[in-house]
Amino acid sequence: METVANPPAATGRQDLPGDFAIWIFIFAELLVFGIFFLAYAFARAGNVELFNEYQQYLDRETGAINTLLLITSSFFVVRAVNAIKRNAVASCVRWLGFAVLSGAVFAGLKLTEFAARHADGITLSTNTFYMFYLSLTFFHFMHVLMGMVILTAVAVKAHRGDYSAANHTGVETGASYWHMVDLVWIVLFPLVYVMH
Amino acid sequence: MKYQSQAVAKPYFIAAIGLFIGQILFGLIMGMQYVAGDFLFPEIPFNVARMVHTNLLIVWLLFGFMGAAYFLVPEESERELHSPLLAKILFWVFLVAGALTVLGYLLVPYARLAELTMNDLLPTMGREFLEQPTITKIGIVIVALGFVYNIGVTILAGRKTVVSLVLLTGLVGLAVLFLFSFYNPVNVVNDKFYWWWVVHLWVEGVWELILASILAFVLIKVTGVDREVIEKWMYVIIAMALISGLIGTGHHYFWIGAPEYWQWWGSIFSALEPIPFFMMTVFAFNMVNRRRREHPNKAAVLWALGTAVMAFLGAGVWGFLHTLAPVNYYTHGSQLTAAHGHMAFYGAYVMIVLTIISYSMPILRGQKAGSPRAQKVEIWSFWLMTLSMVFITLFLTGAGIQQILLQRYTDNPLPFMVVQDKIEMFYWMREGAGVVFLVGLILYVSAFFVKGGEREEITDSSGMASATSS
Repeated sequence: METVANPPAATGRQDLPGDFAIWIFIFAELLVFGIFFLAYAFARAGNVELFNEYQQYLDRETGAINTLLLITSSFFVVRAVNAIKRNAVASCVRWLGFAVLSGAVFAGLKLTEFAARHADGITLSTNTFYMFYLSLTFFHFMHVLMGMVILTAVAVKAHRGDYSAANHTGVETGASYWHMVDLVWIVLFPLVYVMH
Repeated sequence: MKYQSQAVAKPYFIAAIGLFIGQILFGLIMGMQYVAGDFLFPEIPFNVARMVHTNLLIVWLLFGFMGAAYFLVPEESERELHSPLLAKILFWVFLVAGALTVLGYLLVPYARLAELTMNDLLPTMGREFLEQPTITKIGIVIVALGFVYNIGVTILAGRKTVVSLVLLTGLVGLAVLFLFSFYNPVNVVNDKFYWWWVVHLWVEGVWELILASILAFVLIKVTGVDREVIEKWMYVIIAMALISGLIGTGHHYFWIGAPEYWQWWGSIFSALEPIPFFMMTVFAFNMVNRRRREHPNKAAVLWALGTAVMAFLGAGVWGFLHTLAPVNYYTHGSQLTAAHGHMAFYGAYVMIVLTIISYSMPILRGQKAGSPRAQKVEIWSFWLMTLSMVFITLFLTGAGIQQILLQRYTDNPLPFMVVQDKIEMFYWMREGAGVVFLVGLILYVSAFFVKGGEREEITDSSGMASATSS
């Protein structure tokens, strides 16, 4: 409760990178995904054969490429935070741009994947496995878009000169959210696409 | 008060409390009918009493929200209300329309009321909570539009604060979502979707914005804590409330004929709905603990804290009890739902309206706070109403659990009315708690008339209301 009472922005405490409020969001987001993953495990335990059968129709190659894309984008975001800590504004904006670009490629690949499933006539009602697959990947997809919006906003503000080595909380805030989006995918991909 | 036009809030608050008393009286009549089925029959049949009980609740809460908006918007916007005259006219339109509608429910059979109000031209009647004749619904829309216009112009022309903008968003949402009540498709599955988009998206969506902004306003006033801190909390709470509340609508799609995946979506997202309420509780206690001033209106501070706690318990905890699809399969439409409904409405919406009335009424009457004796009576009323509502909830939960075990979760389910006889004891106890609630409400009203003791006249103007301006 005490940490809640004293957000770093108000008191200067700096035990978490970025704005304290984003960590409440991150906690809430991880909770939703956590519950979704538990529900997946619970549902799978009752339908192991069904889950194993339909899992093999998923596009693991694109999934693996997407995993690399997101991990790389997280690296870009780390470089952006490092850059702003050195007052290198242009470099910070450039790294953020690379991260948003990686996110865009991820989103593009995901859309082709959704389009292919849609062409196969697969919907949320096809079976429990596809329900989870579509729900989880779509819900995560929306978070990638949200993360891209946040990173773009941070990049625009950085470009305008709103951040510096002394004041870079905003960059860290956006970076923290993006890492969360990445982290969720790192759990989601093996869980839904790979593990039998 | 700071601005003359804030005075238009007063009749709204008085009407709200008057209708609140009516709501409780009909609640008691209905509670009696649970144990003595022919009580007051045929004058007031159960279905009519229920309709009056729930409709009066909605109408008096709307009066309370409007009064709250008229009081806090001028202060937040730092200017007079756009049109106090419009506010006064809409007050009488709404009061007369509401009174005529309730009289219609009581004096003529519902089917005759439908005929008289020409329901067949645009059929919207006959659905739970949206029973109002079409013409009343049109009246509600006109009042809501005029109200939102009046408030909106004031906010947009003046200082824009997070509190007033969140309130405006909630009020616009309230007005817009009500429009779904005019669409009444023949297909019952379709109908249920539109019905929930009014009912659920009101109480688990836009009303939460209204609640959060009124609570934040009162907390800013009584604690003197920096606006920036409170605003950051509001953003987080509102974002969570909207996301969990909007997708959480899915917990109403479990058994209405919607696709099966809603059982997952509805369960998972609505399971998160307690979180913003919990955050609101933490927020309220934090702000009061970090207060920079001792506000003389102790009763208002108590109501504000009570709102946060009871909203979390009633809406959050009691909602979560039966929100997961596998649980709801057995509990759906049982007395457990009634338990949740009672504590959630009281904790979230009744208490926030009583909070703002408690805070603003003394100011509207030229004092900073009621006299210590008046506050003592009010604090008694707080505990009587709140504790009796806790007991109403517990008794209904007991009734619900026994009902579920005898009628649903068993190999040999008993018929509905047989089970009702077996849970009669809970209904008697609920009725007793209801009488205590009425006593609490009478005390609340009488606190406004308590004389004596030292009255704290308004002297300072440091962000507080000032007597010199009135």
